[in-house]
Amino acid sequence: MSTAVADIHEVPAGSRVNYLNASYGIKSWLFTTDHKRIALLYLASITFMFFVGGTAAVLMRIHLIEPSGALVQPETYNKLFSIHGIVMVFFFLVPSIPATLGNFLVPLMIGARDLAFPKLNLLSWYVYMVGAIFTLYAVISGGVDTGWTFYAPFSSLYSQTHVIAAALGVFITGFSSILTGLNFIVTIHKMRAPGMTWFRLPLFIWAMYATSVIFILGTPVIAITIFLLGLERLLHVGIFDPAVGGDPILFQHLFWFYSHPAVYIMILPAMGVISEVVTCFSKKRIFGYSIVAFSSMAIAVISFLVWGHHMFVTGQSVYAGLIFSVLSFLVAIPSAIKVFNWTSTLYKGSISYEAPMLYALGFIGLFTMGGLTGLFLASLATDVHLNGTYFIVAHFHYIMVGGAVMGYLGGIHFWWPKITGRLYPDAWARFAALVVFVGFNLTFFPQFMLGYLGMPRRYAVYPEEFQVLNVMSSAGASILGIGYLIPLIYLIWSMRYGPVAGPNPWGARGLEWEVPSPPPTENFEDIPVVTEEAYNYTGARQTLG
Amino acid sequence: MARTAAHSPALVHQFETKEQQHDAGSLGMWVFLATEIMFFGGVFMAYIVYRALHLEAFIQGSHFLDVTFGATNTAVLICSSLTMALAINAAQTGKSKSTIITFLVLTMLLGAAFLFIKFTFEWTHDWTEGLVPGLHFTYNGPHAPGVQLFFCFYFFMTGLHALHMFIGLGILATLTVMAYRGRFNAEYYAPLEVSGLYWHFVDIVWIFLFPLLYLIGGRYGGGH
Amino acid sequence: MSEHIVPVKNYVAVFLSLLILTALTTKVAYIDLGQTAIGKTHVIDWNTVAALVIAVLKMLLVVLFFMHVKYSPGLTRLVILAGFFWLAIMIALTLSDELSRGWTGTPQPWSLLVPVFHPFF
Repeated sequence: MSTAVADIHEVPAGSRVNYLNASYGIKSWLFTTDHKRIALLYLASITFMFFVGGTAAVLMRIHLIEPSGALVQPETYNKLFSIHGIVMVFFFLVPSIPATLGNFLVPLMIGARDLAFPKLNLLSWYVYMVGAIFTLYAVISGGVDTGWTFYAPFSSLYSQTHVIAAALGVFITGFSSILTGLNFIVTIHKMRAPGMTWFRLPLFIWAMYATSVIFILGTPVIAITIFLLGLERLLHVGIFDPAVGGDPILFQHLFWFYSHPAVYIMILPAMGVISEVVTCFSKKRIFGYSIVAFSSMAIAVISFLVWGHHMFVTGQSVYAGLIFSVLSFLVAIPSAIKVFNWTSTLYKGSISYEAPMLYALGFIGLFTMGGLTGLFLASLATDVHLNGTYFIVAHFHYIMVGGAVMGYLGGIHFWWPKITGRLYPDAWARFAALVVFVGFNLTFFPQFMLGYLGMPRRYAVYPEEFQVLNVMSSAGASILGIGYLIPLIYLIWSMRYGPVAGPNPWGARGLEWEVPSPPPTENFEDIPVVTEEAYNYTGARQTLG
Repeated sequence: MARTAAHSPALVHQFETKEQQHDAGSLGMWVFLATEIMFFGGVFMAYIVYRALHLEAFIQGSHFLDVTFGATNTAVLICSSLTMALAINAAQTGKSKSTIITFLVLTMLLGAAFLFIKFTFEWTHDWTEGLVPGLHFTYNGPHAPGVQLFFCFYFFMTGLHALHMFIGLGILATLTVMAYRGRFNAEYYAPLEVSGLYWHFVDIVWIFLFPLLYLIGGRYGGGH
Repeated sequence: MSEHIVPVKNYVAVFLSLLILTALTTKVAYIDLGQTAIGKTHVIDWNTVAALVIAVLKMLLVVLFFMHVKYSPGLTRLVILAGFFWLAIMIALTLSDELSRGWTGTPQPWSLLVPVFHPFF
């Protein structure tokens, strides 16, 4: 295996044929089967959806500056938090890393020319787009007010908003996840290069594999749940209506059976990114490779055993509650193990603070906080007090924004030179990472306090004594928003004006760093033969072009 | 392995060998079937819960279903699984394309027969009897809400199954056209095999639907 | 790996077995196999058990022979087992809630407990 040193006399990207310039024209993009181009199609779509969901959040935070609501009617507020949740969960977080970084990197990292089913890959993007269009239609034509959780019987019998359109959008996009997961599983099983054994795979691949297991086994259940919900709404039959013998909690069981593992769909890929970034910017092997790999799989499996912790106060049986509570404590263990492993990797590493590393370090701290607060929620007695409050909101935002989004941004920055062949301005990137970190904490830490003090979530108004904390949170949100806009600007700028990147600007290990930046369409001249273990860092810092 | 190694025409570019391509295709279909287990599984689970909570109502509802049609349809699907397996076998053993086509067409006819029996005899009868929730439900005998719940599940589950049958018929039609064009032989029959897996899975769903919907609580009480 | 070719007569044997099992499950439905009580509130209905056992047997025949799983690599079996295992998890944990709801009594209003908690008056 060749050493990962870039040739600084590398021919500039623009004059060599790569996947970006191999063919031109809109049709070459819309009908591509190249996993790298499909990754970019997804990148554009999910960035758009991120800003749609973000706009809803901005409007909510402006509204919550005043205890009696500063901006919208309560009915509209209900629509805002519903749209924010639906768009952010199903159209941003779930596909974010797998469909962009996963699609781009999985074949490169394992030494393959493409995924197992390139046409299914393209189909998955079109399916995503159709689902997004249905949901955007629901947003534009008046919104949906059921919350992203679509609880029956409100959503099926009483809500007067566009539930079917929004739910149909989610249903359709779910198939996009299934196709992606299917593709990844088959690819990772069947298309690894010679010598690329399971335990030489980058941990990002283990994370993608574990995520794909959840895609495959969980997503169909939300599909059937939405299907049943839609039928109940269309036909006015009472599958979940207690008046005719239905059980609304059954809806919640079906819903959360997917939606809890879904949150691990959102965090596992980010954890995979962190393993890659932390090793590269400490110039050290990962501490405890197999434990981290097994933890990814353990998280995927155990994540399916805990869904009832969302239902402790809904009328679920106390005995089931006990079982789910114990299992919820169990699921924290593999995540904690990973945090220990990353920390041990950092210890005595040769650490540098480029932007991807800043995001990774932020992830480790914020994810740990979010995870620890989850224990309060897993515990039945404290959950009774905290459920339905801003404590929950803060908990999951620490993990999904402080964790998953920062992992996503760190990954985008880390692999940006590989994807585009350009370097972005690192000073701006580090500045933006700090702005995001500060803005994030200012937004969500006060929410822990608000929740503990008893402010309910999903309420358009609140008692006066909570105003200071709410204003702090809204101020933080504006800083966070700026922090997200800055990378949008310099990353797009860099695609045209950024310095040309060599194959390996960071001195990282991995097959993706051995091909030119951007890679040629077929990825490798010859399929590589792998002879080294993963993360074969020597500790020496290598400065590269 | 150099990129310029000779690839047989049916080998697509991302795979290195025919074997890898075949294995990947099979694994892909099995992973998809795992998703289908969970998809149908969700509605099976809801059914199990409601049956446990409303057993008498479900028995009452079940007795409205005609066991003869259900059993006949089960036999029809089992025959279609046999013809599907024989179609693949014909390709594997290098039989003529007309043999493959014959078995594929037989499978389609049996599948169509299943759907015909279901829609023309069963569902139409249920409609005229006023047993279609949401659209035409007039039963108000004992356990009426629970019976309506039963029929919700009856129509959802058999409807979902029928949808999968329609998709299967479409797939079979495509395979027949491919067979007609001579695409299949002893070296290359992966699409047949992979579609066969799907078809057999749909058969298995019915193998469970028949007893769970038609035979609840037994028929020894005098149901027809 | 080379594909194992199943002889046609095996397929026919499986087919006939499936038809026989279908006839069996239909016939058995008309015979009362009885019920056995377990605990105070639940019974095992043997007709249901018989129907499910036969259905599982039929499924195994289709899976092993028509779907060639008997001759398939371990990974295929793992995928199938994973699918059923996950389904079992979903059913078992949901039923653990649905069936145990009635095990705790209806909570009493706390005001009824007040005399107990005021020992000083």
